[in-house]
Amino acid sequence: MELDLPFIWAAIIAFAVLAYVVLDGFDLGVGILFPFFPEKHDRDVMMNSVAPVWDGNETWLVLGGGGLLAVFPLAYATILPALYAPLIAMLLALIFRGVAFEYRWRTKRAEWLWNLAFAGGSTVAAFTQGVALGALVQGIPVANRAYSGGWWDWLTPFSIMTGFALLIGYALLGATWLVMRTTGELAERARWFSFVTAFGTVAAMGIVSLWTPYLKPEYLDRWFLYPGALFTVIVPLLVGGCLYGIITGLQHNKDTRPFLCALGLFVLAYIGIGISFYPYIVPTSVTIWDAAAPNESLSFLLVGAAVLVPAILIYTSYAYWVFRGKIDPEEGYH
Amino acid sequence: MFEHFDATLLARIQFAFTVSFHIIFPAFSIGLASYLAVLEGLYLWTKKPVYLELFDFWKTIFALAFGMGVVSGIVMSYQFGTNWSVFSDKAGPVIGPLMGYEVLSAFFLEAGFLGVMLFGRKRVGPGLHFFATLMVAFGTLMSATWILSVNSWMQTPAGFAMNDKGQFVPTDWWAVIFNPSFPYRFTHMVLAAYLTTALVVGAVGAWHLLRRTAPLRAGTMFSMAMGMIAVVAPIQIFAGDMHGLNTLEHQPAKVMAMEGHFESHPDGAPLILFGLPDQDNQRIDYAVQIPKLSSLILKHDLNAPLNGLDTVARDKQPPVAVVFWSFRVMIALGFAMLGLGLFSLYCRFRGTLYQSQSLHRFALVMGPAGFVAVLAGWITTEVGRQPYTVYGHLLTADSISPISAPAVGASLLAFVIVYFLVFGAGTFYILRLMGRLPRDPEPHLGQGPIRSAGITPAPALAENHAKHGGAHHGA
Ligand code: HDD
Ligand code: HEM
Ligand code: HEM
Repeated sequence: MELDLPFIWAAIIAFAVLAYVVLDGFDLGVGILFPFFPEKHDRDVMMNSVAPVWDGNETWLVLGGGGLLAVFPLAYATILPALYAPLIAMLLALIFRGVAFEYRWRTKRAEWLWNLAFAGGSTVAAFTQGVALGALVQGIPVANRAYSGGWWDWLTPFSIMTGFALLIGYALLGATWLVMRTTGELAERARWFSFVTAFGTVAAMGIVSLWTPYLKPEYLDRWFLYPGALFTVIVPLLVGGCLYGIITGLQHNKDTRPFLCALGLFVLAYIGIGISFYPYIVPTSVTIWDAAAPNESLSFLLVGAAVLVPAILIYTSYAYWVFRGKIDPEEGYH
Repeated sequence: MFEHFDATLLARIQFAFTVSFHIIFPAFSIGLASYLAVLEGLYLWTKKPVYLELFDFWKTIFALAFGMGVVSGIVMSYQFGTNWSVFSDKAGPVIGPLMGYEVLSAFFLEAGFLGVMLFGRKRVGPGLHFFATLMVAFGTLMSATWILSVNSWMQTPAGFAMNDKGQFVPTDWWAVIFNPSFPYRFTHMVLAAYLTTALVVGAVGAWHLLRRTAPLRAGTMFSMAMGMIAVVAPIQIFAGDMHGLNTLEHQPAKVMAMEGHFESHPDGAPLILFGLPDQDNQRIDYAVQIPKLSSLILKHDLNAPLNGLDTVARDKQPPVAVVFWSFRVMIALGFAMLGLGLFSLYCRFRGTLYQSQSLHRFALVMGPAGFVAVLAGWITTEVGRQPYTVYGHLLTADSISPISAPAVGASLLAFVIVYFLVFGAGTFYILRLMGRLPRDPEPHLGQGPIRSAGITPAPALAENHAKHGGAHHGA
């Protein structure tokens, strides 16, 4: 039997994007919450909690982009021009928040500036990613192997909505991360933010889910006909379960549970989006088989991915393991 | 505001601008990562504290430079899609997997172990920490390997066929990766990175030797750097020469532009040292030249015939003036580096390595030379490839996204402003860190750590960092 390489690759890319969203999601979330923690000491701890891992987290974004170029060049070549403005804004925002990790410790006088860069960069990056996602779900017109829409097509009420939804979602990941990793007053505040953003996230998921099926007839069928309908029924239950897990975790000081349940919410939302998308990679113009690179390219990179992705997961887990546990605010990672 | 511009030109400027900023950081961090590994290895082996102190000193600088490299690199990997979508669609099947391997085998490795290297010494112990440092250094070399393979393939494409969608399809991966110019380009670039780093380290050492702040530490790094330059500069000149011969074989028009040869010379071409290229009239004005030397260098024969740009259609010629001048800048700096290396050897054998002020001043002035040479080299390479993106197969004008000039222009403007602001600040912080080598502990003075007079508290912070081995983020 022939392996369906494009399908396998679609799964790998989907995994990379999900890994990006949840991993960079929590460190961007920490940045989004920065303005709400005015104490310098709290901010030091917050930043230190993600400093050793943010670079690795962001690398999944490079894998998402680079992988797309390698295995679905047509998707890469049509999605990126279609999302020109939000992507450029995202890249610029990621520059600001990325350098803030180092610059902030190099100056007293301009510390406020790099605090702003960290918080602003994280917020703008999260928002523009949400907008890009919304614009993608809305669909991207393609003609003659090129994007054929206008420059502002991405900007709609729906994409603004998804922008805010992702912003709140990342804030939830960040808040529950802080609950897991910090102690004292900082953790208490984070607990409060976890409550608020957990409900906010679920509400935003609800709105987006109700809105999506009406964007395109394909989506409507997908969601209300078998087998998608099965998921439509189960999903609200699972979302409720995750929310319950977050709340009880917060109430009973089970400090890891809220973070894991927040991840659960993201996975559910992601599967939902996947159901709407499939089999398109550029909704609703290009399928994964249309966009796929020749088999020579797919199989060549698959060999490497099969070996290297597990290795990456192992040593990345090791890096997380090294920095596990509650942060000792005095130690500050020296 | 950008309606009157050509979108292709703006996209080219944007690419050149962002990649030129990006390469500055890898050129430094490839070399510095290896230097850090050497320092840590020496420390573990000899247990001399000076190596650990130097390690901690350069580690903080590395963290800053690396951070800037990461964020500017992410821009690059998305820019292929935003501005060069037709190129991405067509060349993606060949270059995409190479970049995919770069991410999988290099970027993750660097990023995964960077956290441990910067923050984890106390948590993992010396052995594993050294391992992390080695992995970071290895990762930077891997990423250079893959990206240079990509770039070289665009210069000297091999191992592919075309399909009915107009895409390049790989037929032989070995030929793609080890395409004709790759081994030369890789060697040349890695040596360039080592030289660049050695020049910076040498300049910092020289600065502190001149100011006598920390003779022991400054002397150690100065000596290491000068030794490196003395060895690598001549090798680099040799490698560059080999690279040029390779280019002559595969991209003759580029070499014609580098040499300024508009005319063919059937019996021995002169080496044009200087002159003013005038491409419109296809001639060099005011040329200062040495007869037949170019044939000797390129063909190892005084009378060998060499073709000129008169054999290349006008619309297939690269912009001569840019290539001609950037090439000369690189060569001049290469020989200046050789001069520095030789001078340092002379002082070393006379025993005045740590005393000769003229050597120290020379080294200080040469601090930024590596960066300039790297940029000049890349401009030679890339502009000389014009008007193609994939040499001989895909024109730059046919590679561009269907984007409008205002969109590219606006993003270009944003990149220029943000890059100068952000990387300007970063350079300032790096320079300040370099200027603050803590004093050598001098037991007979019997004093603790010195809070050297700083206007801002930052120097004190930096000093603290270097002091508490492995310190990074002030708590
Ligand atoms: C000769 C070396 C070299 C060259 C020519 C380039 N790079 Fe680079 N790049 C590196 C050597 C490097 C590096 C030393 O490996 C960096 C610096 C910091 C880092 O993370 O790795 C890096 C970083 C870096 C990153 C961030 C990786 C991360 O998140 O850790 C990306 C996405 C790229 N590069 C992509 C590119 C692209 C698309 C280039 C071509 C236009 C390019 N680089 C030219
Ligand atoms: C890192 C150092 C590099 C520098 C300083 C550099 C410099 C430049 C410059 C000056 C141009 C503009 C040429 C012109 O328009 O006349 C250019 C174009 C370009 N380069 Fe590079 N380059 C570098 C590396 C790379 C690499 C590694 C790749 C491929 C992976 C690459 C791919 C391109 C592409 C696609 C263009 C745009 C099309 C073009 O104008 O040729 N470059 N680069
Ligand atoms: C006198 C000595 C040198 C010679 C003869 C030389 C020769 C060359 C040649 C012929 C090219 C063009 C390659 C092409 O056409 O693709 C080149 C590119 C380049 N040079 Fe040099 N070079 C010298 C010194 C240096 C030095 C000192 C550095 C940096 C420290 C440097 C860095 C580069 C880089 C980064 C490139 C572009 C990347 C590449 O194609 O390898 N070169 N060099």
